[in-house]
Amino acid sequence: MARIEAEVGKPQGGFMQWIDDRFPWTSTMKYHVTEYYTSKNFNFWYVFGVLAMVVLVIQLVTGIFLTMNYKPSADEAFASVEYIMRDVEWGWLIRYMHSTGASFFFIVVYLHMFRAMLYGSYKKPRELIWLIGMMIFFVLMAEAFAGYLLPWGQMSYWGAQVIISLFGAIPGIGEALVEIIRGDYSISDITLNRFFALHVIALPLALVGLVFVHIVALHEVGSNNPDGIEIKEHKGPDGIPLDGVAFHPYHTTKDLVAIIIFLIIFSFVLFFAPEMGGYFLEHANFEPANLKATPEHIAPVWYFTPFYAILRAVPDKLWGFILFGSSVLLPVFLPWLDRARVKSIRYRGWIYKSALGIFVVSFVALGWLGTQPASETYVLIARIFSVIYFAFFLLMPYYTTVDKTKPVPDRVV
Amino acid sequence: MNEDNVDRIDRNRRHFLTVATITTGVVGAGLATFPFLASLKPSARAQALGAPVEVAVGSLQPGEMIRVLWRGRLVFVLRRTATMLERLADGLDQLRDPDSAEVGQQPVYAVNATRSLRPEILVVEGSCTHLGCAPLEDFDLRPAENWHGGFFCPCHGSKFDLAGRVYKGVPAPTNLRVPPYRFVRDDLILIGQDTGAA
Repeated sequence: MARIEAEVGKPQGGFMQWIDDRFPWTSTMKYHVTEYYTSKNFNFWYVFGVLAMVVLVIQLVTGIFLTMNYKPSADEAFASVEYIMRDVEWGWLIRYMHSTGASFFFIVVYLHMFRAMLYGSYKKPRELIWLIGMMIFFVLMAEAFAGYLLPWGQMSYWGAQVIISLFGAIPGIGEALVEIIRGDYSISDITLNRFFALHVIALPLALVGLVFVHIVALHEVGSNNPDGIEIKEHKGPDGIPLDGVAFHPYHTTKDLVAIIIFLIIFSFVLFFAPEMGGYFLEHANFEPANLKATPEHIAPVWYFTPFYAILRAVPDKLWGFILFGSSVLLPVFLPWLDRARVKSIRYRGWIYKSALGIFVVSFVALGWLGTQPASETYVLIARIFSVIYFAFFLLMPYYTTVDKTKPVPDRVV
Repeated sequence: MNEDNVDRIDRNRRHFLTVATITTGVVGAGLATFPFLASLKPSARAQALGAPVEVAVGSLQPGEMIRVLWRGRLVFVLRRTATMLERLADGLDQLRDPDSAEVGQQPVYAVNATRSLRPEILVVEGSCTHLGCAPLEDFDLRPAENWHGGFFCPCHGSKFDLAGRVYKGVPAPTNLRVPPYRFVRDDLILIGQDTGAA
């Protein structure tokens, strides 16, 4: 940062100078916005990071307003959500924005992660950005899970029952751990209260902090691009990458278009299909939690279903937990599993291209299977796709080594 | 700092103080986490609310089952018919733990052929030992499907017989848990406590 400050130039006096003498405003804006250079060949895959931040803001703002009317108690939670929906002015809008936002958060984040896989954005020197990103993903999963219990509907209760019980599979400490998570002998008012604390304070705080660190790490090494070329290796005499354009105004303008298109799609879902046929808001959750009866068909919200299908494909409690956990954790190791010398899919051979294609098919298929009842045929198909899912990661060191890659140009054309 | 001062630094002393400070800090921070972690355990009130519950079984008809809550957990109380009890001896080879050998899934007095204090009254937790869904009762006998009657979990397809014993080849690893309970009178059971007169 000191390096940039030296370039800021002579003091200009006036109000901004008064600020800059006390806070690094101008230098920070230059470093992160007006003189942050990214490759000129960005395509639409590069909008999902910004969109994730837009959704984060939507969730934070709507969340704060929901908290003003929600009651985190087993006796009152369900009724207070109905109260927000019916009696609070515009409450329905704020609540639907929050529930729609949850699903859109995952849509955007999954596409953002897929972009990294397309263009090798997790590869050296951006491993840490990927690791921080995966931490964001895990916190987001926890945040979504905790939030789903809060309406205290049938799916809230029994979904939480299933997922918390998962930890009971850990040998030795499992049962004690489950009791500490619940704070009671079953999921109760106490559990609801602590999930509320996690959902509105602890996890959002962690999320915002991690997003900040994610961006700091990104701006340190610089953004990747669809060609996987390091633009910093070819700088002009002014020290600016020859293939770079400033984040502002070039990318901010492009991002603005993406944000508008995103908000149009978001609004369409928000106003015309907030339940999304039971995928965004599950129908069983319109009934208050009934401790004496599990819904006939129980499935998590769509964004957890790929992993849930893997869990269900295993006919053993402990192994189910292990494979479920590994399926969530494996992407963390991508920077080291991928041995290819090139980053971008544009210069990779047919093997990786096919592997990535098959992986996407299996991920989507598992996601769909996870929403369906566990019939014998479906479980069998889920097993096949689970094997493909794991093979994609575990065989990666091999097939990325033998895959024939094309030479990467020095400059972005 | 001039060179005289550098020479006079007692590096051993400085090293000792650094290590001692770090150690004290880490131990202190470690101890400070205890109250926070302990606060996550079931509170005194949660423990009190987990007190035993009385269930009247006098009016329970043969073949009838009621669902009660103990500690917020679902408990099935079923009065089995004579034929139901006969069926318990069928197809034992299809069960994972027909003799209730798994310790901790039932009190010692329920380690028997019917997994109960009195043969006809079954008391089991209605919580699938896989991931905690409430199993559904399905007491009909369907020999074609090799079904002797029992409980079926809708979540992940685990199956249990009329004594809550788990079938082989399903995700649930163990039999349904039998909570501690005792008969206060012939028509009244107390779930959650088994000391005193049985």
